[in-house]
Amino acid sequence: MIEFEKFTLDNGLRVIVHRDDSTPMAAVNILYDVGARDEDPEKTGFAHLFEHLMYGGSINIPNYDEPLQRAGGENNAYTTNDITDYHIQLPAENLETAFWLESDRMLSLAFGEKSLATQRKVVCEEFKESYLNKPYGDVWFKMRELAYKKHPYRWMTIGKNLSHIESATLDDVKNFFFKFYRPVNAILCVAGNVTVENVKALAQKWFGDIPAGEKYMRNLPQEPDQNEERKLEVKAKVPIDALYKTWHIDERLSRRYYIVDLLSDVLSGSASSRLFQKLVKEKQIFSHLQCYHMGSIDKGLLSIQGKLIKGISMEKAEKELSIVLDKMVQNKIDENELQKVKNKTESLILFEDMSIQNRANSLAYFEALGDAAWMNFELEKYHSVTTQDILEESQKIFRPENSNTIYYLAEN
Amino acid sequence: MLDRKQTPKIVDAVDMQIKLPPYQKYTLDNGVEIFSIDAGEDDVMMIEWVFTAGVTQEEQKLVAGTTNFLLRNGTTKKNAFQINEYFDYYGAYLNRSCYSDTATITLHTLSKHVDKLLPEVRTLITDSVMPEDELAIFKQNRKQRLKLNLKKSDFIAGRLIDSYLFGESHPYGRFSSDEDFDALERDALLRFYEKYYQQGKLRIFVAGKLPENINSLLNTYFGDLPFGDIKVKEFPITPAVEKKSKIINDPNGIQSSIKIARLFPTKRHPDYAKAYLLNTILGGYFGSRLMMNIREDKGYTYGIYSMFANLRQQSAWIISTEAGKEVSDATIAETYKEMKRLREEPVSTDELNLVRNYIMGLFLGDLNGSFKIIMRWKDMILHHLDESYFYQLIQTIQTVSAEELQELAQKYLQPEDFYELVVV
Repeated sequence: MIEFEKFTLDNGLRVIVHRDDSTPMAAVNILYDVGARDEDPEKTGFAHLFEHLMYGGSINIPNYDEPLQRAGGENNAYTTNDITDYHIQLPAENLETAFWLESDRMLSLAFGEKSLATQRKVVCEEFKESYLNKPYGDVWFKMRELAYKKHPYRWMTIGKNLSHIESATLDDVKNFFFKFYRPVNAILCVAGNVTVENVKALAQKWFGDIPAGEKYMRNLPQEPDQNEERKLEVKAKVPIDALYKTWHIDERLSRRYYIVDLLSDVLSGSASSRLFQKLVKEKQIFSHLQCYHMGSIDKGLLSIQGKLIKGISMEKAEKELSIVLDKMVQNKIDENELQKVKNKTESLILFEDMSIQNRANSLAYFEALGDAAWMNFELEKYHSVTTQDILEESQKIFRPENSNTIYYLAEN
Repeated sequence: MLDRKQTPKIVDAVDMQIKLPPYQKYTLDNGVEIFSIDAGEDDVMMIEWVFTAGVTQEEQKLVAGTTNFLLRNGTTKKNAFQINEYFDYYGAYLNRSCYSDTATITLHTLSKHVDKLLPEVRTLITDSVMPEDELAIFKQNRKQRLKLNLKKSDFIAGRLIDSYLFGESHPYGRFSSDEDFDALERDALLRFYEKYYQQGKLRIFVAGKLPENINSLLNTYFGDLPFGDIKVKEFPITPAVEKKSKIINDPNGIQSSIKIARLFPTKRHPDYAKAYLLNTILGGYFGSRLMMNIREDKGYTYGIYSMFANLRQQSAWIISTEAGKEVSDATIAETYKEMKRLREEPVSTDELNLVRNYIMGLFLGDLNGSFKIIMRWKDMILHHLDESYFYQLIQTIQTVSAEELQELAQKYLQPEDFYELVVV
């Protein structure tokens, strides 16, 4: 049970405080309710590029990192298709430094040409390093486009292509900032060796006078149900054939999300899971095989991907995979097997919650979903899943017309 | 009116007290040492079994790593699936890793289940059989993985730079090929297992919210086994003669993997603490000289870092990045410029104070929670260091002068001592 207090400033900034005095540190987490899904289809990759620009100096503070490091602090950030998150860890005595820095960049960035020019290049190098210069690096670009036709999940957080990033202008940057990076669209969570009174005072002092901004009302095109099997064949200079499959699943707030999460653990994720045991160990169809879901807020994807053992054909691999999945569709799993993945989930949550950074991040995330308190009901929701649920969910998901398949073949 | 240009007052991290909480030591009936820290709110704990069974002990390539990997892949009573299912059922995470000098088994579990898991861990240490079919699958999958890795420039660069620094015949510089996997035989694994696990040298590290009877539990399951003493072996280091290399692994590659590296004394050397700080300034954190220049000013790379590869016999100091092919020469030139700057100009008081504070904050955060504290102890104990080393390191970081750092840069940051490798 994670205890916390929550209050809202007049400008709409939501603030969460979680106390833990067993540590000398404080974690400060700011979540902005904007991700790649909120981008203009012609200007993709912007939310993430923007995350980089947040370090290019703010209106009153030319350099963000230096004073933070001087206060013994460390920070990082990440962007997903759903949200953008900034986090700091520093000695609790120096908490105010974090408020000073974060509030100034929420007030306004410096919007320097030089910062934009450099970060465009840096992000292009990131694009190359992570996606272009690696075998199979482009597969998720293709898979997203195959699986999503309407919803903005059809592009990657990094962007559709390099040209979108290269053509970003300072005007784009300003518009994006004043649309999304406003108190009313942000959540601040402070965890660690802090008091509620102190955080209240600091929040009021540093964030209180920032103009609220306009609440962003998300109205994204929803993905229609898929009703035909989609397939794509890619040939590339990779050493080994690989099979990628995805199926549409339900959204984060649905009860079905928890069922899918456990279902994917039955299939993959530990050394006693079904896919690994059947297809890597017993039948030796794949040298590597995993199943996971995107964990996205809107309707997501369940993915199975594997590298084929040399000499095994794609058709054979797909057939063997379908035998394992058919079993999920036809028979209830054992109670013991369900208990196993529930136990594993329970300990995973406990281990993750050990760090104040993670707790701060989760509280902010659940608040973005609707209510920070939901963090404490996760376990209960997992516990309520039955073997019948898993069976029915398997039947809903593992239908050919709900599936997308990529054969990623080695050239020659 | 709030003055937003005014930095809030800070407590200099340098003035903060950092205390390394002590461990409890307990010795099992057979002399095995247990180091533990009992702290934490949540009902979770970890145990790490550390064997002196690393790569330096093997007489044939891959034997140490493969033996370690196959520990949980079959005993006389259970097959791999049954073993894994048992640990998974209790929600526990059982991992194993093989390093240069040591190899480990690590268990993360809810404290309430530890008594059910220890007897199973015991069987992995006493009764593993390294089944032939498991070995065959391992070889097949690892060869595929190697094939894939050989397409990645950073993988190639990583293993080549080690071989240049230490020599291909040294365990630190050794790397493997398909033929090495093919040559692996079960008998060699079983011999290694007997000598370095069943009768090897074991130390155990424990942390978390511990059950009251943890010591007696450990004594019950590990205190009667015939562990012994194993000496760590040392080998001659034979660095490559040629210092500069360029490898074209993929003619169509769009980025180069760059490594610039030199040998460096170990953690036990008196220069290490000062060098730790110098390295942080050079490339050890986001605000480092290399990052500020090559990423934040020039935009040549997504990231550039320098670090120590801390090994027992001999360490290395390595600068590592991936940069666009067309800017890789410029990246290398800027890297040497930053070394030159450190040799020729003293670090400003301002920058030095910033870095001191940054590192102290890092240490403070790093001693957060019993898992992290025991891992810091483990690192010291395995390097035969005690807490005076830790406090010495802190004191050096708080007091080292700009002149000393400049001298150190003149001693260690000389371009002619560095190996330079570019892999496209």
